[in-house]
Parts: sequence; structure tokens; C-alpha cells
Amino acid sequence: MVTARRTGAPRGQWVQRASCIRLRPEGLVFAELFSRFYQFADVFSFLILASAGLAIVFGMMGVINMAHGEFIMCGAYVTVGLVNLGVPLPLAQIMAAIMAGVIGVVVEVLIVRRFYRRPLDSLLATWGLSLIVTQGTLLIVGSSIRGIGTPEGSFAVGYYTFSTYRMILFACALAVLSGIYILFMRTRFGVIARATMQNAGMAQALGARTGRIYAVSFGIGAGLAGLCGALYAPTMTLIPTMGATFIVESFVTVVIGGANVLLGTAPAAVFLGLVRMTLNAGYGQIIGQIGMLFAVILIIRILPEGFSSILVRRGR
Amino acid sequence: MLSLVNGSQTIGNSRGFWLAFLAVLALALIYPIFADSYDVGNFSYFLIWIFMALGLSLIWGYGGMLSFGQTFFFGIAGYSYGVLAIIMGGGSMTILALVLSVLIAALAAAVLGYFMIWGRIGGVFFGIVTLAATLSLAFFLGQTAGPEWHIGGARLNGFNGMKGMDPLTVGDIYIEGTLLYYVMIALILIVYLGLRMLVNSSIGNVIVAMREDPQRAEMLGYDVRKYQLLTFAVGSGLAGLSGALYTSWGQFITPSSIGLPAAAMPIVWVAFSGRSDLTATLIGSFLLLFGFQTITIYSQQAALVLMGGLLLATVMVMPQGFIFGIAQLVSSRWKRRPRPKKKRDPDRDAHSQMRRS
Repeated sequence: MVTARRTGAPRGQWVQRASCIRLRPEGLVFAELFSRFYQFADVFSFLILASAGLAIVFGMMGVINMAHGEFIMCGAYVTVGLVNLGVPLPLAQIMAAIMAGVIGVVVEVLIVRRFYRRPLDSLLATWGLSLIVTQGTLLIVGSSIRGIGTPEGSFAVGYYTFSTYRMILFACALAVLSGIYILFMRTRFGVIARATMQNAGMAQALGARTGRIYAVSFGIGAGLAGLCGALYAPTMTLIPTMGATFIVESFVTVVIGGANVLLGTAPAAVFLGLVRMTLNAGYGQIIGQIGMLFAVILIIRILPEGFSSILVRRGR
Repeated sequence: MLSLVNGSQTIGNSRGFWLAFLAVLALALIYPIFADSYDVGNFSYFLIWIFMALGLSLIWGYGGMLSFGQTFFFGIAGYSYGVLAIIMGGGSMTILALVLSVLIAALAAAVLGYFMIWGRIGGVFFGIVTLAATLSLAFFLGQTAGPEWHIGGARLNGFNGMKGMDPLTVGDIYIEGTLLYYVMIALILIVYLGLRMLVNSSIGNVIVAMREDPQRAEMLGYDVRKYQLLTFAVGSGLAGLSGALYTSWGQFITPSSIGLPAAAMPIVWVAFSGRSDLTATLIGSFLLLFGFQTITIYSQQAALVLMGGLLLATVMVMPQGFIFGIAQLVSSRWKRRPRPKKKRDPDRDAHSQMRRS
């Protein structure tokens, strides 16, 4: 998130328009409220997009993918590479997400598959992979490549103007959430995947190919990570270590989201988004991030199983 | 008390092992006579990190808590040493600064550990919460470039790093060069033997019991959480010792020694060596540090790729660690021989590697 602030459109802050239109008080209040909402939406979409892939992989397989940041980096690099070749941005972003997903399936088959019974070792293996990829990219591609600018476009509410692209990111975050919901709750794959999540042995006995389900889920997780990188690529400086800017947020969202990913991630992102937005507005980015971490540490003390535990209890 | 250095929680309890140990120690002691001072300085640099590795071995290998936050405590102590040495004004006070900064790191570990352990955070979450804290600290310190970020006369200086603190000093004598080397050897000896006694004591047995099965240990009447907190604080204090020594060694510390990829390094050393044994960790970490430093001269990225590859290879091929695995292999081979009198020590093979380097 650090680098995200350095370049690109103003984010979390707003540009005062030169041509002030006199507004009635209620219009002012609305503008103020919208500006708050905009800041919240900005943090919320960052948290959701950064953590969705990690959350699915963790929820399905109990594996924390330490190379998550590198899939994000991969998505960003592919997007920028394709745009520099002349591919339109949205198409490049979709292709980057698919590319990351395919690489994810390959990684699952070659490495992650061996570690489902040893989740701690899977952490180490994917961390080793992350080191190799980050430093390998530094060796091969170099420390930075030519970036692409944030798509133009802004809209005004009251005195403030807002970047349209940030709103598109918010829409994408909502789309990702609903996409996950539909995929896991409304499709045949989702039923089998949830069965595998609950009891892999039983699902296998009933004829589900759990190995394939795992591979596909890991691919979806990696693809979502790639999508995150693709979506944020225009707003960031691209460096091989950029994954690190995303993983703190994605880790803490998954940690306080809890074991049930379908229920936990969104409330966790709403909570962290609110904390972050309030602190950012009052005290700046640094306090925002550190305050978020403190909030997380407090939450795990109070709710060790995360937000999904409350919802699951309610549901019973 | 001293007999606790041998026990079931450590490998290398035979007379042969201790003879080899003494031989290595003797070699280490006479090394500065033969080597030039630059090499001795480099050697002390590797030795700085050994404490962090031993601490992680205690937390992770013995206590079963996968902490990714060793560099968090390394950084806290490193920066504390810098700040304290500047505020308290150098001289013999640097020794006090060293002690205080290690205590600060252990205290930070106790606070963070309280929230995690009493919150029943375990397994993979323990790792990622500690890593999140580590990365946040690196991020925070990276933002402190401005002049408003200072404690007393000590400026944090953001990514440019903090400097201007005195190295460890007694009276008028800076502890540097060969003297620092001997101080390092002495500290490692104390820490290594101390940890061996700790893990072979009754406390150590509880620590291992809670790694094997926390519930069973609890049923036996031990408050597992207190032992976990103790293990975490001691191990992190050792990371802090590394941090304070590091700042003193170079009179310099930057946030990059906290964040990625630095945070992965202790994990690689300890995983590769064999986390569940202190001796294996000691030998393996030293070898890896030596190798890493040699390759870094040519290309840091290549060295880090190699480290990542080693981590991946370790968990795929020999999850218990290469040095530990080799030691076990050798020991089982020699135990099968009919004449137990000539039993060779399992660790000697690894030790001879160390001697060669």
C-alpha cells in the first residue's frame, strides 16, 4: 500500500475544485458523507481484492499461500507488459488474471499438493517460492519497468472531485465478492467444493475428485491475486517486491475473518476498512496501518476464531 | 546443574561429540592468530546472527510456535540500542544499552505473545500475525525520514538508516575487531550451553511436551500458555541480542534488516539446519551465513534465490532439516555396527564441515 500512495491519482485525499459552486447546506453534507464513503470504499476494495484469493486458498485447504504477493506481482507485470504491447487495459487485466490462475494451478500440482497434511510446511514452501520469484524477477527484469498511468476520469460531488477508477475498483471488489458467493453457493462446483472443505475424505468417498477441486481452488485463488495486481497495476510503481505491500493487509483480513471464508472475509474487510478510514483521515497513513494492526491484535484476543465464528454461531 | 547440557532433547551427548566440540572451540580461539583482521571482522559478522537462529530454534523447533517475527525483535533491539547508546552518551553505558535493548525486545515479545497465546492463536496464524507485525514495523521505520522522527538526539532517518551510535565500549576500549570476535565466541558459548541446559531441564521437557501435544500437557497440569510465553520471550530476546550486536558492529541499522527478505532468512537457516536441535541449528546457520555472504559479493539476488531454493528443497526433501537429517543418518549407520565401543559421534561429520570453512 505504500507504493500505491506514491503515484497515481490522489487517494484518500481530495482535490478542491477551483470553480466553487455555491451549494445548499444539505448538498454540502451529502458531499462530506460521500467523501467519507469514498475513502471507506477505497480501503475496503483494497482489502477485499488483496485478500480474496488468499482467503479462498486458506478456506479450502487450510494453506496460507505465502507467495500470494508474488501472484499479485505477476498479475501486475503481465498487465503492464500487455498494455505496453498495445492491448487495451481491461482485456490485459483479464488476461493477466487468467495467466496468474494458470500459473497457480501449475504451482499447486508441482508443490502445494504435497503439503496438505502439513500446513506449516506449505507456509515454508510457498515462502521459499516467493523468495525465488521476487529475487529472480529482480535478476531478470530489473528493479522497475515502465508503468502505465491511471486511467483518466473523475467526477465531482459538491466541492470534491473523485477518481472514477477508484470507483471502478470498488465495483470490482463487490463483483469479486458476489462472484465468489455465486460460485460457491449456486453452482455444482461450489457444492462439491464446500463438501470438500467440510470433510475431504467423505467428499472423496462420495466421488468428488478432491485433488482436482483443490487444484482449481488454488487456481482461482491465484487468479484473484492476479486480478488484484492487474487492477492496481495502473496506480502503482511496479517493482518485483510490490507483493509485500499487499500481504500485510491480506493476512490480517484473513486472520480476523476466521476459518469460514465465505462468511468472514467481507465483515473483516468492512471492520478494518472503517478502522483504517477513521485513522487515515485523522492521523495519516502510518498511524492508519499501525492502528489497523493493533485492532487486529485486539480482535484475535477477543475473537480468536475471527468474525466468521460470530456469524456461524448466529446461524445455528 | 551443568550435567543438564546432556539430555534427551539435544543430539550430541557423547564424549566424542564433546571432544569434537572442544576441538572446534580451540580452532575458533586460535583462528585470529592466523587470519587477517578483515576476515576476523567478517567472521564476527556471521556470528552475530547465530543468536537469532538459536532463539528461533527454541521457539519453533522446541516450542512448536512458528514465529516469522524474529527480525521484528531484531529490529526493536537494534534500534533501541542505537537510541539508547546515543541518549545515554556512549562509553561504558553502551553495555547497559545492550542489556536494556535485549530486555526491551523480550518485553515486546511478551506483550505480543500475550495477545497471541492467550488468544489461542496457533499454527499458521502465529506465523502470519508475527510477520504482519514485522512488516508493519519495517514500513513504519521506513517512513521516519523526516527530522520530526527522533527520540532525544537520536534520529531514526527512515530508509537511510540510523547511525551515530557508539559501538560497545568498556572504558576507553571499543569492542571491535579481534576483541569483538572473542566476545562473540564467549557469548555464543554461553548462549549455546545455556539453551542446552534449558531444553534438557524440566522446563525444557514441558516446552517439548507442549509442542508434541498442548492439550495433553495441559491435562498433566501445566499452564501451557505460560511456558509458551516464556519460550517466545527468551527466543525473541535472543533475536534482540543479535539486533543490538548488529547495530553495535556496524554502528548502523536500516529498516531493510527487518522487512522482507530479511525476515525470511532466520527461517531458512533454521529450517535448513534442523529446527528441533540446537547443535544442528548452530552449525547449519553458520554454514548458510558463510555461503550466503560468499555469494552476495557477486549477486545478492542470486544468493536470495538460492536461499529460497534451499527452503523449498528442505521442506520437500528433508522436512526435519538437512544438518539434522545427516546427523541422524550417520548416527543410525554407526549404531548398527556391532562394536559400540568405537561408536562415532553423529555430529562430527557436520562439525568437520564447519572446521573446513
